[in-house]
Amino acid sequence: MEKRVIACIDDSASAAAVCDWAAWTSFKLETPLTILHVLDKSERPHESDLSGNIGLGTRETLLEQLTLLDEQRGKLALEQGKQMLEAAKARVEKAGVASKTLQRHANLVETLSEMESEIRLLIVGRQGKKSESALAQIGSQLESVIRTLHCPILVSLATYKIPQKIMIAFDGSPTAIRMLNHLVKYPQLFDGIEVHLVMVGGATDSPLQEAKAILFAEGHESIIARRVGDSLGVALTSYVKANDIDLTVMGAYGTSPIRRFILGSNTTKMLHQTQVPLLLLR
Amino acid sequence: MLFSSTRSDWLGNIRGDLLAGLVVALALIPEAIAFSIIAGVDPKVGLYASFCIAFSIAFTGGRPGMISAATGAMALLMITLVKGHGLEYLFAATLLTGVLQIGAGYLKLGNLMRFVSSSVVTGFVNALAILIFLAQIPELTNVTWQVYAMTLGGLVIIYGFPYINKTIPSPLVCIVVLTAISMSLGLDIRTVGDMGALPDTLPIFMWPKVPLNMETLAIIFPYSAALAVVGLLESMMTATIVDELTDTPSDKNRECKGQGISNIVAGFLGGMAGCAMIGQSIINVKSGGSGRLSTLTAGIVLLLLVVFLNQWVSRIPMAALVAVMIMVSIGTFSWKSLKNMSKYPLSTNIVMVSTVIVVVLTHNLAYGVLVGVLLAAMFFANKVGRLLIVGSELDVEEQRRTYTVRGQVFFASSEKFTQSFDFKEAVDRVVIDVSHAHFWDITAVSALDRVVIKFRREGMAVVIKGINEASATLVDRFGVHDKPEEIEKFLAAH
Repeated sequence: MEKRVIACIDDSASAAAVCDWAAWTSFKLETPLTILHVLDKSERPHESDLSGNIGLGTRETLLEQLTLLDEQRGKLALEQGKQMLEAAKARVEKAGVASKTLQRHANLVETLSEMESEIRLLIVGRQGKKSESALAQIGSQLESVIRTLHCPILVSLATYKIPQKIMIAFDGSPTAIRMLNHLVKYPQLFDGIEVHLVMVGGATDSPLQEAKAILFAEGHESIIARRVGDSLGVALTSYVKANDIDLTVMGAYGTSPIRRFILGSNTTKMLHQTQVPLLLLR
Repeated sequence: MLFSSTRSDWLGNIRGDLLAGLVVALALIPEAIAFSIIAGVDPKVGLYASFCIAFSIAFTGGRPGMISAATGAMALLMITLVKGHGLEYLFAATLLTGVLQIGAGYLKLGNLMRFVSSSVVTGFVNALAILIFLAQIPELTNVTWQVYAMTLGGLVIIYGFPYINKTIPSPLVCIVVLTAISMSLGLDIRTVGDMGALPDTLPIFMWPKVPLNMETLAIIFPYSAALAVVGLLESMMTATIVDELTDTPSDKNRECKGQGISNIVAGFLGGMAGCAMIGQSIINVKSGGSGRLSTLTAGIVLLLLVVFLNQWVSRIPMAALVAVMIMVSIGTFSWKSLKNMSKYPLSTNIVMVSTVIVVVLTHNLAYGVLVGVLLAAMFFANKVGRLLIVGSELDVEEQRRTYTVRGQVFFASSEKFTQSFDFKEAVDRVVIDVSHAHFWDITAVSALDRVVIKFRREGMAVVIKGINEASATLVDRFGVHDKPEEIEKFLAAH
């Protein structure tokens, strides 16, 4: 099956940036783009009637009421979703990328895991509509999406800027090496882009040299840097700030669930702290 | 995956779930108290059970938003056990019920629900409503006029108060107002405190004090089996109703296991067996509850109310609880089913009414469902049996009669099949073309044999055409779906 770039949009502010990233990656990876919008009924709030009594025919009238409510909301959401998809399609077309649109009545995580085998890259916004106004910094479904899927995921922020400098967070592990070998398969990604290989902690620069060599073997130059002292999140975010990085590439949820439970996950911390989009590789 | 749940199962609807759980707790307390009394145990047994079951099912259940606790349907099955053997045996039976239900979950018996037709479900629901109502009768017989007045007043508040205010649960208003009236007038009527001990501590773990031997098992097993069946039936049916109301799917087999675990927890913490509750689940959905949090909240609020307010709970007049239970009974009853009776075929109505009658007579919902399912199956067999047409054609020159059989031949239609042949006709040869018929069972095959023998005895030569195609249905073809070549053959035979 032909792999695709899937961009997930809703009516939040990050949708535009998601579209721009979608256009850029679809062009760079030479992969067709599909823009996805899901209509998740559970996202719509329930009406509560706290009178707490039930009488003759309550079940029937309740079913009738709930159906009516869903019907009205469903129609509206469907129409809004279509418009959103049209707007998104137009936006990526302006950037010279053709796209398909897809609208599904289902839960986001379920829909994505069903189509996982077709996904080359998934693009999502850090915050959806639901958590835009809330204090939460990351979207309500983001973590479960990242944990469920095993494909690369680009987490976009609310604004988009054509990437010129990318930072690859590297920890010297076999997973990280595999990640690099995977990345170099897409040489277009490196076109006109300054690559920074950054490692936090560690005793020597030798793993970094090794990584640099992997990139160099494919003809890509890179700048290496090692930071010690600070925690991973702090070190990476301050590096991003100091060097005007536009995109961070890192492995995600490499640790076991138990370790993650005790120590917390670096990925989750980065999702919260990052000021640039994240490309997560599993 | 018994404990897995998504974030949205728990936190998808926090405000709605918390409020709904609060409202539901108020409808759980009367049922737990009322049916503990009917089962012959202290109200605390039902109240602890309600807490334990609601709490555990919130984590383990397969239908988020469904309410499970100590129920009337289950309590009615325990009466003789408690009377004959005592409370400790009830706890042991509750544990065994849980084990049986978990087994049912692993055997995927939840899938058997497809054999329960919707008229049986309607009959079950109506019977349950009637049982809940009948259970209130003892509180309304041989009592003073004050009790009647209080109950009536309670119902007026329950159904009338929402016209004034929809943010305060009317059952709560009913309970508070009636308690205040009864206390301020010093009425001499029965209160919850008169019915037995209320919980005064949080539930404590205890192993039932019964001898662990075959004798004990022989005593509790019949009760546990009945409890397991009724509990699962009511839970599955309630799950279907909640599925329909919320338009979301549920995992029925996980629900079976969850019910089992909840009953085991209840058994160890001094509670009786319970199951899902139709009325309270409807109240939950109506109040805006849809997630696991609503069930958990209902359980916790119930425990907090009865443990920390037990001084006050004991003063609630029984009349107030009776009013709430009458409401639950009315709300559980399917009003539409009465209206539909004039529209539906007689067979459907007979199934529904028989289910109700058997349950009301035996006080055991399992018997009602059994009768309903059997009747429904018989009516269905009868209908399908009518799908049998035998045509015939006479070839005068050759003195040959050809019978063409089309349709379904099985136990219910074999009689009709046999009668379709004219054995008295004097012809030389008879051809029976069965290539468009299906012979489903041995009865059908032997009916054909009999027909052939009868013709031969009249001196006619009989030829049967297409018997291989016709009896292809005879083989028990369970599992053909995983053998594609079998399906090809199966379809080719039709």
